[in-house]
Amino acid sequence: MTGRIGFEDVALATVNVIREAEVCLPPDVIASIEHAYERETSEIARAQLAAILKNIELSKIRSVPMCQDTGIMVFFVEIGRSFILDFDLEGAIVEGVRRATVQVPLRPNAVSPLSRQNSGDNTGLGLPDINYSFVEGNKLSITVAPKGAGSENMSALRMFNPTEIPKIREFVLETVLKAGGMPCPPIVVGVGIGGSFDKAARLAKQALLIDMSTMDPQELELLKDINALGIGTMGMGGCTTALAVHIKQAYCHTASLPVAVNIQCWANRHAKVVLER
Amino acid sequence: MSTYELTTPLKKEDIKKLAIGDVVYLSGIIYTARDEAHVHILELDSRNEELPFDLEGAAIYHCGPLMVKEDEGKWKAVAAGPTTSSRMSDMTPKLLERHAVRALIGKGGMQGVGDALKEECVYLAYTGGCAVLAAGSIKKVRSVHWPQLGMPEAVWELEVERFGPLVVGIDVHGNDLFEKVRKDALSAFCQLR
Repeated sequence: MTGRIGFEDVALATVNVIREAEVCLPPDVIASIEHAYERETSEIARAQLAAILKNIELSKIRSVPMCQDTGIMVFFVEIGRSFILDFDLEGAIVEGVRRATVQVPLRPNAVSPLSRQNSGDNTGLGLPDINYSFVEGNKLSITVAPKGAGSENMSALRMFNPTEIPKIREFVLETVLKAGGMPCPPIVVGVGIGGSFDKAARLAKQALLIDMSTMDPQELELLKDINALGIGTMGMGGCTTALAVHIKQAYCHTASLPVAVNIQCWANRHAKVVLER
Repeated sequence: MSTYELTTPLKKEDIKKLAIGDVVYLSGIIYTARDEAHVHILELDSRNEELPFDLEGAAIYHCGPLMVKEDEGKWKAVAAGPTTSSRMSDMTPKLLERHAVRALIGKGGMQGVGDALKEECVYLAYTGGCAVLAAGSIKKVRSVHWPQLGMPEAVWELEVERFGPLVVGIDVHGNDLFEKVRKDALSAFCQLR
């Protein structure tokens, strides 16, 4: 890309990155589902996983969204310290979402919370959800994670007492148990520990973006316990209830211990675009 | 586990033979209906008003499809996988009291509908998220009812061919595959906690 990055570049990049996220899953996510299919022993679950893999392939070939719930748009934007930001970045991303609704296309999902009036273009008060952070360098990177409601609705947050650390594991298991087959398992579990009431939830969501093939011993242990529940693919039994668990932490107040569990369906959609001068 | 090919309108004898875990491929007409459509149907029922579509022997699909309007003004399904059926759990017994719906299609199972479904209706599960596969079996969008509810919430009348594989999740004899898995998961949880 030549010249200075501006409004139109960002709007265009936003459309493209949304399309990429909706149409094809990251390689680590596909590998994880393939692995689940290979080791699955339940006949019903195997058939479900085979359908999922076929659907992943079809959506990519036809360049259409893999799921009709194209989600609400959650963005993580990284702004390089020396990137020249002399235009309406937020406006450009919002414009990109509007265009993507028509061009990808996306299902119009955004409604006013109480009147339930649909805006028709996936934008509205507070939507899309855009998170900014500053990094070294001169680049602008935009990550989009479209989030469907089926799995989001099964997420939970609890404010523990600081002495209740051993209960965190049980809370995660309980959240997955309650979710059952509703969030389209096999799921990905993002756990946010610490921060504040709202920060814990944000950490849990960011944990979903971590490469699924990299889990530490604590995460692997939790994954093993979750899969021992036997909820299985689509809640009809089997050995894979979750594909991955990731935990993100932040310092918190000495008197509090917030824990958030963000549930993600098998379609762990996210894509990133990097713009540079 | 057996595999069945069924066509709408469904009769009681069509669904009587189905047992949990069986696989069904469904052809004919299905109606999408999710939260707002259920509310709307129950409202019209309470005022004794007629619905603009016929639910006798029908299959209701818990789905909010992604549709595009093609050049000739005709709708086409791009992605049409199932939505979480449990959100419709509370409204379903009332709906079945009034309408002889014979199949509910969705994902994730339902709660507290066993009695309402007994002898009357089956619950069929389609793989959640497999929206492109599902759209492939939709041969025609016949019409859209209540478009004012928005694309996901409107009732779409769809002509399907061999829609499936659908797994029988709740049969007419009171068996519930999801409930069975839930119970086992609960005992596993009690051991793990």
